[in-house]
Amino acid sequence: MMPLKCCDRCWHGPERPCPDFITCFSEGPRCHADATCSEKAKSRLSALRRESVPRPAIFVGTGSCGLGAGADKTLAAVRDYVSSKGIDADVLEVGCIGMCTAEPMVDIQLPGRARVSFGKVTGDKVPALLDSMLEGKVPFDLVLYQFRSQTLEPFEGVLRQDQHPFFAPQTRRVLVNCGIINPASIGEYLARGGYQAMALGLRSRTPAELCDTVEKSGLRGRGGGGFPTGTKWKFAAKEAADQRYLVCNADEGDPGAFMNRAEIEGDPHRLLEGMAIAAYAIGATKAYVYIRAEYPLAIKRLNEAIAQAKAMGLLGRNILDSGFSFEIVIKQGAGAFVCGEETALLHSIEGRRGMPRPRPPFPAVKGLFGKPTVINNVETFYNLPGIVLNGPEWFASVGTEKSKGTKVFALSGRVARTGLAEVAYGTTVRQVIFDIGGGIPEGKAFKAVQIGGPSGGCLPTEHLDLPIDYESMKSAGAIMGSGGLVVMDETTCMVDLARFFMDFIQRESCGKCIPCREGTRRMLGILTHISEGRRGEKGTATLERFQGVMYMQRLANVIRDTSLCGLGQTAPNPVLSTLRYFREEYEAHVFERRCPAGACHELLSYRVEAELCKGCGVCVKSCPSDAIIGSLKQPHEILQDKCIACGTCVETCRFGAIRAA
Amino acid sequence: MIQIQVNNKTIEAKPGEMLLGALRRAGIQVPTLCNMEELLPTGACRMCVVEVEGAPALVPSCAFPVREGMKVKTHSQRAVRARKTILELLLANHPDDCLYCPRNGSCELQSLAENLGVRQRRYTGLKSQHKIDTSSPSLVRDPDKCILCGKCVRVCEEVQGVACLDFIGRGSQTTVGTAFNQGLNVSSCVACGQCIRVCPTGALSEQSHFRAMLNAIDDPEMTVCVQVAPAVSVTLGEEFGIKPGADIAGLLNAALRRLGFDYVFDTGFSADLTIMEEGSELVHRLQNGGRLPMLTSCSPGWIKFVEQFYPEMIPNLSTCKSPQQMLGAVVKGYFAERQKIDPAKIFTVSVMPCTAKKFEAGRAEMVRGDMADIDLVLTTRELARIIRMRGIDFNALEAETADTPFGERSSAGKLFGATGGVMEAAIRSAHFLVTGKEMENLKVQPVRGLEGIKTATVKVGEVELNVAVVSGLANARKLLEEIRAGRKDLHFIEVMTCPGGCINGGGQPIGTDLEAVKARMQALYRIDREEGVRVSHANPSVQRLYSEWLGKPMSDVSHKYLHTHYHAREVLK
Amino acid sequence: MSQTTASAGPGATPGSDDKLAHVLATFPEAKREYLIPILQAVQESQGFLSREAIVRIAGHLGLPASKVFGVATFYNQFRFQSQGRFNVQVCRGTACHVKGSAAVLNAVKRGLKVEPGQTTRDGVFSLEVVACIGACGLAPVITAGGDFHAAVQPDKVNRILQSYRKRAADDAA
Repeated sequence: MMPLKCCDRCWHGPERPCPDFITCFSEGPRCHADATCSEKAKSRLSALRRESVPRPAIFVGTGSCGLGAGADKTLAAVRDYVSSKGIDADVLEVGCIGMCTAEPMVDIQLPGRARVSFGKVTGDKVPALLDSMLEGKVPFDLVLYQFRSQTLEPFEGVLRQDQHPFFAPQTRRVLVNCGIINPASIGEYLARGGYQAMALGLRSRTPAELCDTVEKSGLRGRGGGGFPTGTKWKFAAKEAADQRYLVCNADEGDPGAFMNRAEIEGDPHRLLEGMAIAAYAIGATKAYVYIRAEYPLAIKRLNEAIAQAKAMGLLGRNILDSGFSFEIVIKQGAGAFVCGEETALLHSIEGRRGMPRPRPPFPAVKGLFGKPTVINNVETFYNLPGIVLNGPEWFASVGTEKSKGTKVFALSGRVARTGLAEVAYGTTVRQVIFDIGGGIPEGKAFKAVQIGGPSGGCLPTEHLDLPIDYESMKSAGAIMGSGGLVVMDETTCMVDLARFFMDFIQRESCGKCIPCREGTRRMLGILTHISEGRRGEKGTATLERFQGVMYMQRLANVIRDTSLCGLGQTAPNPVLSTLRYFREEYEAHVFERRCPAGACHELLSYRVEAELCKGCGVCVKSCPSDAIIGSLKQPHEILQDKCIACGTCVETCRFGAIRAA
Repeated sequence: MIQIQVNNKTIEAKPGEMLLGALRRAGIQVPTLCNMEELLPTGACRMCVVEVEGAPALVPSCAFPVREGMKVKTHSQRAVRARKTILELLLANHPDDCLYCPRNGSCELQSLAENLGVRQRRYTGLKSQHKIDTSSPSLVRDPDKCILCGKCVRVCEEVQGVACLDFIGRGSQTTVGTAFNQGLNVSSCVACGQCIRVCPTGALSEQSHFRAMLNAIDDPEMTVCVQVAPAVSVTLGEEFGIKPGADIAGLLNAALRRLGFDYVFDTGFSADLTIMEEGSELVHRLQNGGRLPMLTSCSPGWIKFVEQFYPEMIPNLSTCKSPQQMLGAVVKGYFAERQKIDPAKIFTVSVMPCTAKKFEAGRAEMVRGDMADIDLVLTTRELARIIRMRGIDFNALEAETADTPFGERSSAGKLFGATGGVMEAAIRSAHFLVTGKEMENLKVQPVRGLEGIKTATVKVGEVELNVAVVSGLANARKLLEEIRAGRKDLHFIEVMTCPGGCINGGGQPIGTDLEAVKARMQALYRIDREEGVRVSHANPSVQRLYSEWLGKPMSDVSHKYLHTHYHAREVLK
Repeated sequence: MSQTTASAGPGATPGSDDKLAHVLATFPEAKREYLIPILQAVQESQGFLSREAIVRIAGHLGLPASKVFGVATFYNQFRFQSQGRFNVQVCRGTACHVKGSAAVLNAVKRGLKVEPGQTTRDGVFSLEVVACIGACGLAPVITAGGDFHAAVQPDKVNRILQSYRKRAADDAA
């Protein structure tokens, strides 16, 4: 990459940093007065911001979600279309704007016209879309919204983005660039005010002032714990040490959370800028980004961004002639949920088994390689440029009394619009699920929402109007966590869900401390007993089932009270919260041996609906206990005394002819 | 000192120390399973959790620093119930075979279950199942009984510098094992047995097969000779409720006779013999430009350590066999000749504070023809078990002396039981060998004590001898790395595998703490202080052995019977 | 050292020596910090961690083999047997679970006739269950040979698997 310059005469570079580079880049050269230079800079800036485009620009969202939904085929189709028709257009890749249900997404900006977004643009739909748009006609079956612009001419009858129900309730500060800019272009980031906060911090703030600013803003760690970020920084900054480290926790292990991935894929430079600010504030010169290996695209984007920033002297030695040097190393996680825990993460970076250790000493005092270390979540860093640039008051202007700012949530599960939503703290759960998410699809009823990943809890209907902040989540038995919201409807069995989480936790427990290692395993056993084996129950199994239920609460309390790390201490949460809100469902399983949601297949009865059965025989072949009989092309029958209730026939029947109840 | 409130009483604590230490000094017993003296806490077992006012959850006292004025409840219902539940969880995954377990009666899990009043199986379900590893000649590993406290892993790595063990896998699938989870025999295990000593359960134990010995005792045609290592007489008593540091050599001799051994010998005799040979070898190396520093060879775990990790230093090892092997060799050589017994009809047993001695006895170099120097090695623990099995009441015994000719030893030979003892004995005799005179003060203070690496410069005649004394193989590794890096000043180095030497050996009674080790060490020093013959070369039986059979140290006969060689070993390291 | 390598057992394949040396050479500094990156790089180049590789990595870093094995077995990412041509990952994250990934997993198991962690006899597929791929908005998700498949239902599984079987057959032909 050719490093960008603010003008042709600019001498700034990594070897000879110019203190004014960032200002020059956005406002024109400062070291010399030259009208042509200024004009050039202005027009380049305008082009980078796409305030107007000289020829059609076609943006394809190629974040992981987009690619999963087929964006690679869409992109190929767009390129194909453009080249085969000889059209002069720019085809650009952008990150994910957060509307997963609408992937693959394509934006089109025609010269002089507002940028319009289209959803579910699979490869086959590309030619028709482009045919129509290039003639200036919006295909209304695909259009989602258009972006608001002061200068560009809007399309008639197309919603503005901020009017779209998915976006209207959102306050997009962290995700402001995601899905809009090209993540591989440092220029586009700079053109939208990138690195200005870093420049301001390095040039005109002392580290102590930055710590104060961040503390004053009320920013709390976005990884789940919610510890005040500025306070954490101060702990590390006051430790005398020859070396301090900064670590970015991008080991987004909570199932149901993918905001960090989208943030890095869509706007990687903001992470680097946030980290540089934090490193300067705590006096660290080296930082590690600990990122899941499962996120190859995010890693690629981050590597590109680091290379670009280095080439432009925004990372490395003596950044912007401030005397501050800063290096970022990427460490790929190797697949261990527990490495989201601070001390486990540090052990993993050091090349050890990712097992937590007792705190104190806290990492801020004794962390990576024994040195004071600050560990912050990706999203925490994303909030920093805004705080430094706009001030702590601006940051605290949204949110609640104790939870300031915004939070990105990953909305998934049984909800109409899945995706990423950034809302101010204090927004209610209902707004997020029903306004942004569009409610429950297929006319089903809402049952619960799981908040905070495996360490979190399930909130039922009566808590839908709870404002989202750290304290109210906790009071309701959930936690903020990293921000995963998994919506469940009436077909989800809460006992099965608790069992699912317990299975996850016991597999992901590091195995070090006894209550977590052995306790979660026994809790899983108890839940399995409850949700399985109506037919297979022999001997003392029934007694053991009751015994397990009797001791489950006690076991959960001890695990919570004695485990070594946060993972263990919160491990019983899914069980405790479902017990609290869905006790009757447990009772149905335990006493009546029945699964009201119809999800625990061993507790169901199976029969063939004669009018739907085509007599194809697939179920006969798949039945492991030879419990299905019938002649070809005749309705089949399930022998109840042979049926082991495994549910395979339901899964294999192509005609939906087997009823389970 | 600061003050903290525990159970509504004020106790003193040292600033910066962990809560557990203060509690223990105040006589408040909080159970632990993973805590290790002298090592940093890992906080794994959670058994030591207590209630601290203001803390949201229970805190592990082993890893929680004291704070002025903190309020602690150690045995509130909440804390005790938590401990009991944790224990019940361990038991839910533990084979219920206490009656058949080598640690029946000395198991920490068992006594905790009793102390906490476990009376029912509250949690049930699948138990982990693994294969027992019997591949090592010294140790048995039964992973089903492992509670993953990690003490073996830590002692192997941090204390012994061997690191043949680590955790494998994760979560409830975690086990402790060697690289690729293979047998200990192909690992870098040096068979020191420190892992057994720290294991709270029966997951680690010594290989124990003494039927051949019992058969030999019952066989009227067999002459069964037993030797007892210097460190055993000051530790065995602990198995019978005698306080650490009591020397019960006389009672032990009596007990061994009751067991039916025909001859009871003292390894202290061959310790003296070792000094004659090793001292001469050192003098020879010094005078003839031999390979230096010379390294002692009494401790078989250390020998295996050098063979695996520092093969280039094998020539530095003394060629002397260990006292155990020397005694076996002279019993089947000189003694057999003198008593006119067919050596094939002699069965030699040794009682050792050590598990590596089992490995050593089986080394190919220790077998001449098809005759092994030593037929069977018992640990201190095993001997105690046999004594109990045979119903021998220590209180009803009268002290007896060991048999001639190998029951006689100097107090220098007795010192072999503690770190620095070989060195002290060697210096005493080397001084005599070189100058022809006894040292004025026989006590060599700088080589005494429990410190891991001790160095001293000793004047032997005209020569200034630079010596080092090391115990614990991690310390040995440190010193060897220095030598590898070019350190050249040392002439003679004593290395004992186990920290503190044989008094803290891997075959010693379970439940040894630092205080016990210190008491045992003092017992050896006391014996040395009080006895008449304090130098190896003055042992009359040793002198007679030389005049009647060996000729002189390093003679051809010596070489045949008392010296050996070593070889580099390829193991998974 | 060389002897240990030669006797390193079934993991040793001809020519793998040079590849391994090449990977190790990219990490000239023998620091423990590089252990996991080295394991990742070796697995990337060889598909799995052979016994020989672990012994040599240990030698390279001056770490006991037991520790290298201990670290490698801690993390989900590392494999100790060679893998199928296409690795099928079934996501069992919360969102996928709520949307029926258990049935999808069953369908994949039926389709491949292997359990998670195993490789099909023809070497075409290996099956793996992963905690969360981070594509929750598209649940349930599986990946095969690195390709994403979104909103997978059990009845779609066979068609997906068949397309990879065909690819493997085409490549063989």
